[in-house]
Amino acid sequence: MTPKIETKNLQLYYGAHHALKGIDFSANANTVTALIGPSGCGKSTFLRCFNRMNDLIDGCDVEGQILIDGMNINDRYLNVDELRKKVGMVFQKPNPFPKSIFENVAYGLRINGINEKKILEEKVEKALKQAALWEEVKDNLKKSAMSISGGQQQRLCIARALAVEPSLVLMDEPTSALDPISTSKVEELIYQLKEKYTILIVTHNMQQAARVSDKTAFFYIGEMIEYNDTTEIFTNPKIERTQNYITGRFG
Amino acid sequence: MFKKIINKIIEGFIKTSGWVSSIIVLLIIIFLFKEASGLFNKTPLEEGYMLVVNKKNPIDKLNPDQLKNIFDRDSTSWKTLGGMNADIEIFTVEDISTFYNDSMIGENMSNLPWCINDHISKTENVISYFPEKYLPKNFEGKILHLDKISVYQFLKNKIWLPSARPVSQVGAMPLIISTLLVSLVAILIALPIGLAAAIYLAEVADSRIRTILKPVIELLAGIPSVVYGFFGLVIIVPFVQKIFNLPVGETGLTGSIILAIMALPTIITVAEDALRSVPKAMKEASLALGATHWQTIYKVMIPYASSGITAAAILGIGRAIGETMVALMVTGNANNFTFSLLKPIRTIPATIAAELGEASYGGLHFKALFALGCILFLITLMINVYVEYLSGKKQTK
Ligand SMILES: Nc1ncnc2c1ncn2[C@@H]1O[C@H](COP(=O)(O)OP(=O)(O)O)[C@@H](O)[C@H]1O
Ligand SMILES: [Mg+2]
Repeated sequence: MTPKIETKNLQLYYGAHHALKGIDFSANANTVTALIGPSGCGKSTFLRCFNRMNDLIDGCDVEGQILIDGMNINDRYLNVDELRKKVGMVFQKPNPFPKSIFENVAYGLRINGINEKKILEEKVEKALKQAALWEEVKDNLKKSAMSISGGQQQRLCIARALAVEPSLVLMDEPTSALDPISTSKVEELIYQLKEKYTILIVTHNMQQAARVSDKTAFFYIGEMIEYNDTTEIFTNPKIERTQNYITGRFG
Repeated sequence: MFKKIINKIIEGFIKTSGWVSSIIVLLIIIFLFKEASGLFNKTPLEEGYMLVVNKKNPIDKLNPDQLKNIFDRDSTSWKTLGGMNADIEIFTVEDISTFYNDSMIGENMSNLPWCINDHISKTENVISYFPEKYLPKNFEGKILHLDKISVYQFLKNKIWLPSARPVSQVGAMPLIISTLLVSLVAILIALPIGLAAAIYLAEVADSRIRTILKPVIELLAGIPSVVYGFFGLVIIVPFVQKIFNLPVGETGLTGSIILAIMALPTIITVAEDALRSVPKAMKEASLALGATHWQTIYKVMIPYASSGITAAAILGIGRAIGETMVALMVTGNANNFTFSLLKPIRTIPATIAAELGEASYGGLHFKALFALGCILFLITLMINVYVEYLSGKKQTK
């Protein structure tokens, strides 16, 4: 089976700063992979390689191969907008648009040229249900997305990402700005989404990584130190540094 | 202890500054309206003059429009004014020698009042005006009551000739129309160009180009308007004249073009700041969903920055509508009543600037100019309120 995503000798430089040092990584479809490691070790940078968000940063240089479904996306001639339609992203801080709840979810669909009201309504409802937000907002779809709670906003952002039916979803510390109740809702959601999507999630929360992920990768100063099944990493880490980190001895 | 006193003093200073400046602004507005309201206390007849008819004339009063028509010879019969069936004969002091010889008028015109009285009492269809000092002792005519200028007439009348004699004509309509037209067209030209330039600077240009371009554009805002006027006179006026094949190039459109150029730096800088203040998270959210850069700009960034962009538009309009020098220099200064942009026109600020010097203090003309000032003030106020309302509506949506 070809892995859903794969990187081969991935190097990334922010100008002179070597932020990712030869990462070889792969993850299968319909799995959740957690990326852990101390701050500044390159987790977000790594995540943003899969939808080429690093393109936005001046002086950022990426070398090596990044494969999605066997196709190298680290290619100058790749249509980045098309790529991003297939790779959803959820950010650390909820960032809904200052539009209505409906329009937030419909945004990606409209970008794809879908403007028919019925189809939009169907797809928005589906995405909101997938994001476990439908019941809470179905009567208030016209309400501004800025008026709902932070936890709801983050689920709205998840719904927004899911509406365009990506196959890969990138989540960068999606619960770090949320309260415990919202966090557990999002975690539950991630667990369910696995059926349809492949998920990469950056997290600082060890319990969260253990709860939601199938595999865990430990990053340290631009290197992927250890990558294994989540249970293995948390019960039987092979490398001392990993153990130190997950037991909270540093980071 | 010492520090506390200093703090108290600074606090007090800030507080009073706020109050004082608000009160000053308020006083200016009150002064403006007080002077302007004086206009509607006056009749359009030259000050110190009186208007008389024969005793048998049934008409007791005339309104300013009727009076104007009489002296313009537009109304030639008393009948049209609801009076007798006779032509209107206008008699002024200058005409006196056609009726009376020098010896009857007397030395130094000492007998003038008697002559006036004599002529008016003998001519049934006469209307006359003369300085009060010539009013005869036992006047046998009828002094006409003249209506005051009304706000409605001031706004509606189409002729602006405040120094016309004997009846001043203060119709602000052509000035109001010109001002609105010129400003509107200016902003229609400037807003799309300004917005496009702001988008270019904020989103497209690389940082090297921006560091050159931004200060240059800001510099443009600091150029005195008379220089723009000069530029307009030398470049835009002939240009407009040639393009549209006009007899004169000083037109409303010329004014609009230069005002648009003048409003551009303000619009560009303010709109660019607004676009730059759109959070990175908004941009990234849109791009991550597969939106192109342009889609992100017009679907997310412009709506997000809309209140800033509206502010840019207000400031731009504000600059255009109140701009005096340029309007004075390149719009032709003709108080035409026209909706055409290709004819010479004259705006309210240009009129005030051009005429205030020649208007005698406290006179009708003077007050009429203040009334124009009030109109200008009310126009800008309405624009501000309206735009505030619009942007407020956007935000609650
Ligand atoms: N836009 C950027 N420009 C330059 N350096 C950056 C940029 N973003 C991140 N870095 C650097 O790259 C390294 C990895 O950052 P990041 O991927 O954000 O780490 P993490 O998400 O694991 O906390 C850090 O040392 C950070 O300072
Ligand atoms: Mg990070």
